[in-house]
Amino acid sequence: MGISHRISRREFCGASAATVTALAFPLPAFAQSAARIVVIGGGFGGASCARALRQIDPKLQVTLVEPNRTFTACPFSNNVIAGLRSIEEQQFGYDKVAGAGVTVVAQAAAAINPAARTVGLADGTSLAYDRLVLSPGVDLRFDALPGYDEAAAAKMPHAWKAGEQTLLLRKQLEAMDDGGLVVIAAPANPYRCPPGPYERASLIAHYLKTKKPRSKLIILDAKDTFSKQRLFQNAWKELYPGMIEWVSLSQGGKVNAVDPATNTLITDFGNHTAQVANVIPPQIAGRIADIAGATDKTGWCAIDPVTFESRSAPNIHVIGDACLAGAMPKSAFSANAQAKACASAVAALIAGRSPDAPKLINTCYSLAAPGYGISVAGVYQPKNGLLADVEGAGGVSPADASRDFRAREADYAQSWFATVTAEVFG
Amino acid sequence: MKALRVAVGIATIVAWSQPVRAASEPPPGAASCSGCHSAGATAASSVSRLYGRDAGDIMTAMAGFRDGSLPATVMNRIAKGFSDDELRAIAAWLAAQK
Repeated sequence: MGISHRISRREFCGASAATVTALAFPLPAFAQSAARIVVIGGGFGGASCARALRQIDPKLQVTLVEPNRTFTACPFSNNVIAGLRSIEEQQFGYDKVAGAGVTVVAQAAAAINPAARTVGLADGTSLAYDRLVLSPGVDLRFDALPGYDEAAAAKMPHAWKAGEQTLLLRKQLEAMDDGGLVVIAAPANPYRCPPGPYERASLIAHYLKTKKPRSKLIILDAKDTFSKQRLFQNAWKELYPGMIEWVSLSQGGKVNAVDPATNTLITDFGNHTAQVANVIPPQIAGRIADIAGATDKTGWCAIDPVTFESRSAPNIHVIGDACLAGAMPKSAFSANAQAKACASAVAALIAGRSPDAPKLINTCYSLAAPGYGISVAGVYQPKNGLLADVEGAGGVSPADASRDFRAREADYAQSWFATVTAEVFG
Repeated sequence: MKALRVAVGIATIVAWSQPVRAASEPPPGAASCSGCHSAGATAASSVSRLYGRDAGDIMTAMAGFRDGSLPATVMNRIAKGFSDDELRAIAAWLAAQK
């Protein structure tokens, strides 16, 4: 009796252990074969993430939702504005993404039901997901700067989403007479591509110096400091003496309103009427992030720094320009790096594993002129719930570097673009 | 019985918490490299490809970038963000890639 009792208890114990084990691993056996990941947004973040997910686990069903059949890249689009590059060199299709086993759906995402875990598409159909990745980039705010709406952008281009707007700004510069005034209005932080307005000023100045040397360029800034500031300002002094004027926030640089009828930018300290006005307005996360309930009161998306899962919308991950990535800037390099880390985390969660804490890198190159490159780099890891700088790492190119050093950085900038676009779209 | 239950509990925790990363999956930090250092052989790039390179060579280079003995434009700034253990894992993974 005693013996049989012991045996039965052991059997019971064994059975309970098996039950515990089964309960602890309920997901892997089922989810791995059928897990559906939907990625919204086919830029550097979304397309990278979709491909990385398939690479990590070819069993995952990955769908990329992107209405445009051609992607036009923002990095190097300032070269197009300056007449140094064709827009075609900025454009990529999704054939290779599809070839990597990603189902590409050329539709806009219109609705998200987080409870039912479905994405509603513009054509009325819907996609079910186990986990959703949002990489919607930025929306330009046409309600933030009086006078600057979508119609005004046809007169005073933002050129902050590459494509038609890039070509419009290029055309306006080509049509401008020698001696004209170009004004760039730069927004307050945060916004897509922190050094972008200053690279743009540099390359436009390069064009003006070459073709229209009596012209001037003014940057009206809503900030008192900017990315790679010393490097840019040194380059401007050296390359374009007297041509670029930067007006900081405290000098009255903040644009309060614009008048597209007269091409005028209005500040507290006066009006600037430009022959070419490039207005880069304030930005927020792409609209679908708000629809998903993933934005906070800033208009951006707070995330867990290990998984990129939204702080407010469970099972929804946000990467790239739309997310608040702590110390990481809103750059294509960041989006690509975040995409791969997010893909690892999502694959781990689907498989019932706890994701590794990621380590991320960003490197942003800017051109002050053709053959004159400068960079900022950083290494990041989760700390106190944010992606924080790894102390002692990162920083900008040396201020006293040789022209050979600048030439090499310009070359590496080109190499980065070729490499990252091949990884994402090639 | 108690011992068995504890043993099963420990086994479960170990299985749960161990990084059971697939061989194809890069260790923390490694996935960022291919932003500049091509994973494929197609991109026209002046930046060296790291896949299949000797792990010891990668470690030596990174150590040199980190202490400044090896000149660099940007890798000195990046190498300072990684510990020896992290670099070893990254180098081993890069070396194992085709």
